[in-house]
Amino acid sequence: MAIKVLKPGLATTVQDLGRPGYYHIGIPLSGGMDRHALAAANLLVGNPEGAAVLEAVFMGPELEFTEDAIVAITGAELPPKLDGEPRETWTSFKVKRGQILSFDFLKQGARGYIAVAGGIDVPVVLGSRSTYALGALGGFNGRKLEAGDELPVGRAAAAAKEGRTVAKDLRGQPAGMPTELRAMPGLYWHRITEAAGNGFFSDTWKVAPEADRIGYRFKGGKPLEFVPREPPFGAGSDPSNITDACYPYGSIQVPGGTEPIVLHRDAVSGGGYFMVGTVIAADMDLIGQLQPNTPVKFVKVGMDQAIAARKDRAELLGRLRTALA
Amino acid sequence: MQTRFSFGGDEHIFAEVGEAMSLEAFFKSLFVTNAVRDAKIKGVTEICPANASYQIKFDPDQIKPDDLLVELKRLDAGSEKSEPVIKTRIIEIPVLYNDPWTHDTLMRFRERHQDPNGTDLEYAARINGLDGVDAFIKAHSSAPWFVSMVGFVAGLPFLYQMVERERQLQAPKYLRPRTDTPKLTVGHGGCFSCIYSVRGAGGYQMFGITPMPIYDPNQKISYLRDFMCLFKPGDIVKWKPIDRAAYDAAVADVDAGRFAPVIRDVSFSLTEFNRDIDAYNRKLDGVLHGH
Repeated sequence: MAIKVLKPGLATTVQDLGRPGYYHIGIPLSGGMDRHALAAANLLVGNPEGAAVLEAVFMGPELEFTEDAIVAITGAELPPKLDGEPRETWTSFKVKRGQILSFDFLKQGARGYIAVAGGIDVPVVLGSRSTYALGALGGFNGRKLEAGDELPVGRAAAAAKEGRTVAKDLRGQPAGMPTELRAMPGLYWHRITEAAGNGFFSDTWKVAPEADRIGYRFKGGKPLEFVPREPPFGAGSDPSNITDACYPYGSIQVPGGTEPIVLHRDAVSGGGYFMVGTVIAADMDLIGQLQPNTPVKFVKVGMDQAIAARKDRAELLGRLRTALA
Repeated sequence: MQTRFSFGGDEHIFAEVGEAMSLEAFFKSLFVTNAVRDAKIKGVTEICPANASYQIKFDPDQIKPDDLLVELKRLDAGSEKSEPVIKTRIIEIPVLYNDPWTHDTLMRFRERHQDPNGTDLEYAARINGLDGVDAFIKAHSSAPWFVSMVGFVAGLPFLYQMVERERQLQAPKYLRPRTDTPKLTVGHGGCFSCIYSVRGAGGYQMFGITPMPIYDPNQKISYLRDFMCLFKPGDIVKWKPIDRAAYDAAVADVDAGRFAPVIRDVSFSLTEFNRDIDAYNRKLDGVLHGH
């Protein structure tokens, strides 16, 4: 069984739950930016939660199926069409051999997850099928999909059924405007003045056009004022420079003190810009669903709130598993 | 050296050994991260040494953040007692300095550079008080360099020059980063040199290019079959200036699968190195060339 790529979409990649263990040599986790939606798509079609799916951003691909299949689309509101006929998101449906899956314009969110019963069966590289495009590693030939690609699909589980659906309250998508991203101040927080720190959390930021799997850039807030210093040897002369160090996933670097960048699943593993803190793990999925120009506020939290939010997110996944068991 | 610890969200602990770069800070980050690896702490998922800092990623569902912090502080304090000696490798990297490909790229991005009327090499020579490009190449290639961090992108080494601080070459990054850098460019920013493992954006000054692949996700290159990235923190690099003919021959050898990099095992003592840096570097050269 295979899927023929007729049109690739904007930047459609094969992703699973990622490739931990190689960050120390610059190979990031990768994997779905919205992990909850990725797991939901897989559970809908009877796959293991971490099977490989397609992640489509802003614009869906056009795919032809060489065999019958069960498919589900989750995440962004990227309305699927089968031979031109509308289908529901967050609901598994049947595709017959020769039928063409395409998508309408994006209505909400940013990234759609296309799961096929059996999973996308590209080779496992360093423990994962995820695409790390910057390193030309994993996924389909280490890159985003192109027209003419043929994606192998694994054998579907007996549990694959059409008509299964995920209730709205189990979808875990961003709600409300502006989107709130909870962040723990830290790392090089002491490099900015108290007023700048307060401004960072009280300003409303907007997602900049430079927003991808490596990181999301934000603009529109006040520039950060630095505490004066003598540049340490090796750091560089700009007040936002540090001696090149490792970057946490979700860390918020602010080159030149102007536009914050939150690193995501394909993070550059290190560099020479200071960071004011880190978006908590529970809110990383939400970032993956933000379109450019979306207003965002960073909300200051401590470790206890981060751990509580983490439990909430895990419980949501638990309820999703129960609902689709 | 008092390490500063900070939580990076609920899944990372960031440890700054020194604000400034030094071999002492790098060695400490290497020793502590080795100790963390040996301790096999439950819940630790990534152990990342960096130039003068390190970072541990963990799963807070398996270990409480405060418990891990206590354990890290214990290992960090314990590393002070370690004798600063490592068993490592010295690797020769051939470099075509002033090559046509980085030259073409740096001309395309000239308006983003501090000195729009010169080349990166001319600029770096001038601000380091050296008499022209040849003198700069000599200063860059005569002493070895430590791989003090691997990262940014897959397999990219950050390299720290093994000379007294006052002799270390320094250069700022581009005023605005380039959107393109040729693969295998030898670059320099701050006090660090690097080799770009993949083509892409970059802000370091560009000095040359090596014919020797350092990252191969397909693992077809003979010396990258076991693992796709060549470098590990703690490796020592010695640049070997080559001319265009030698560069072309090396590229042909790589393509034909017969390129054999010069890599030797070596033991490095920071104490002995600090005692007489030039003599120690000559000894390292001897190890590399088998005399």
